Amino acid sequence: MEKEGAKSKTFGILGALTFLMMLVNLYLIFIWVPEEKILGLVQKIFYFHVGTAWVAFFAFFVVFIYSILYLKTKDSKWDRIASASAEIGTVFTTIVLITGPIWAKSSWNTWWTWEPRLTTSLILWFIYLAYILVRGFATEYQKKAQLSAVFGIIGFIDVPIVFFSVRWWSISHPTLFSGSGMNLDPEMLFTLLVSVASFTLLYFYFLGKLVSIFHVRAELAEIKRRLKEHLG
Amino acid sequence: MIRGENISLKLGEKTILRDISLVVDPGEFVVLLGPNGAGKSTLLKVLALILKPTSGRVIHKYQGSDREEDIKRKIGFLSHRSFLYERLTAWENLEFYGKLYQVADLTRRAEEILEQVGLSYYCHDPVYTYSRGMVQRLSLARLLLHNPEMLFLDEPFTGLDQKGGEILTETIKVLHEQGKTMLMVTHYFDRGVDLAGRILVLNKGSKVFDGKLTSSDLRDIQEFYRAQVETE
Amino acid sequence: MRKIFWIIWKDLAIELRSREVTGAMVLFALMVLVIFAFSFLRPGEKLPPEMIPGVIWVTVAFAGMLGLNHAFLPEKQNDTLTGLILAPVSKSAIYLGKVGTHFLFLLLVEIIALPLFFIFFNIQMQGSVLYLVPVLFFGTAGFSGLGVFLSALSVHTKSNELLLPVILFPLLIPLLLGGVKATGIVFNASWADPVWVGAYWSWLRLMAVFDIIFFTLSLVLIDYVLEV
Repeated sequence: MEKEGAKSKTFGILGALTFLMMLVNLYLIFIWVPEEKILGLVQKIFYFHVGTAWVAFFAFFVVFIYSILYLKTKDSKWDRIASASAEIGTVFTTIVLITGPIWAKSSWNTWWTWEPRLTTSLILWFIYLAYILVRGFATEYQKKAQLSAVFGIIGFIDVPIVFFSVRWWSISHPTLFSGSGMNLDPEMLFTLLVSVASFTLLYFYFLGKLVSIFHVRAELAEIKRRLKEHLG
Repeated sequence: MIRGENISLKLGEKTILRDISLVVDPGEFVVLLGPNGAGKSTLLKVLALILKPTSGRVIHKYQGSDREEDIKRKIGFLSHRSFLYERLTAWENLEFYGKLYQVADLTRRAEEILEQVGLSYYCHDPVYTYSRGMVQRLSLARLLLHNPEMLFLDEPFTGLDQKGGEILTETIKVLHEQGKTMLMVTHYFDRGVDLAGRILVLNKGSKVFDGKLTSSDLRDIQEFYRAQVETE
Repeated sequence: MRKIFWIIWKDLAIELRSREVTGAMVLFALMVLVIFAFSFLRPGEKLPPEMIPGVIWVTVAFAGMLGLNHAFLPEKQNDTLTGLILAPVSKSAIYLGKVGTHFLFLLLVEIIALPLFFIFFNIQMQGSVLYLVPVLFFGTAGFSGLGVFLSALSVHTKSNELLLPVILFPLLIPLLLGGVKATGIVFNASWADPVWVGAYWSWLRLMAVFDIIFFTLSLVLIDYVLEV
């Protein structure tokens, strides 16, 4: 998928589709879907929050799969996908961590709650940054790829354990908020699904772009190296 | 006997070793020559089972079983790094490595080898009190403790003064006469040629020369080597 | 395997001679305790009971962190790590040996620091001190297991002592959470109440599961980490 990368035809179609879906998504969120009765306008951030949260977790799953593939084959193609996915995942997790508190403030009147999903997102964000740091601290390319792949695997496995432990923890605390028990109208659910779908498309679009940028970067480094060798 | 079949090693985009095949017969003395960055140390580490090649195989054949653990017990590896623990005494260093290599009758063997390298009197002093020459002798003791059949020497002359180099050269000659198979990496052309029965020249990860040495064609080879190195 | 024992023996022999790592770990743990005393206590008062588990686990984690930086770093001097990899020992044996050493070091810190903690902070506990033992065991084992693994990972990078805590603590959160909660129950909850006893066991189970998962993963992946 990457030799042709961002230039290929399918990728162009993906881009166009993402753009259209995003437009539809925005229309649905801001114009079509009815406002929530109690929370009002601010509830619309929910569609962005859930959409990006889904992508954030999904991106880490991709990191996990391609890390395993890299360790099995040592093919730098897989490493580029894993690391690109990690960078996109970090951005989306950051959005989750920004939209989460805004939503919490308006619905629970507090910026932050140690609610399992939000807390897990925070830890996920730390793990993503740790992944990027491992790449930054490793000196040679092969170390970068191999060590971050190992970290990508154990980091991903840690996430559900974090989620369950935090959930237990919040149960053993007196719960102040009865979760996010919100009644979703069919229209809201539909909008939510469209939102999740379009953010997923956006993720794949970014992934393709970033992978081809990484590919070009690697090629450039190779050309530079050969040039140096040539010039002595 | 070692057989390397189509060994290639890639670190990311960089190809360190390119499709190298070679056979080293028992009792041979092979010297690997080549300019910096030719991949000779890497090849040595691949053959000594420290690094795994990206593709290709390394096969060791000795008397006894083919289990990796038993093969490793037939291998000795000497580098300009001593592999010694500075805080431990010479005796403890040998005891530790002897236990890892499961040396039979370890106490006697350690006494014997310390006697050989002339360190018996100092064997209960920690290594950090040793002079450079003593460290070198102790690392030779460590190398030979488990009586390996196959010796790998990775730039053993680095960091030694003229006298240290001469002593090491003598020792290497004696070991070869005892029937050990030797594979040495060095960038000291003269010293290498002086010792070798056969030389192997690497350049940019490929094998560019492999052959026996007779005094008549020494000059040709020297020129050939110079030419190879200078086109770098 | 006997070779794991010899790797531990070697590290203990080095440590016995210098006492650098354990000395620093113990001293550091004591200083952390003193700082906690300054921050949470007024002279003549007792430590608020809900603070106890936090003080214990932060101390253990900090002291443990200090020891981790030294799990693989000394093997870089003279490249003894290559010497180990060259020897007929599996990489998992090298890993387990290093875990063993770190576990013993951290245990030593706990054995010294914990009684002092009781004295400094004037603590009485509800549950038996025996209930604290498995919590400390699983907590220390998990910390050493995952910590030594990531220490092996970070030793191949530049300035690994900066990297290690940042990559280790997010992954440790479930274990530390379990440790803190279980310790809290040991100290403060009523042991007659089956609900608390049940909670204690489930936190302990969480820690055990964490340990098993990460030990297994580390043993599977350590070959990739030490091969670079």
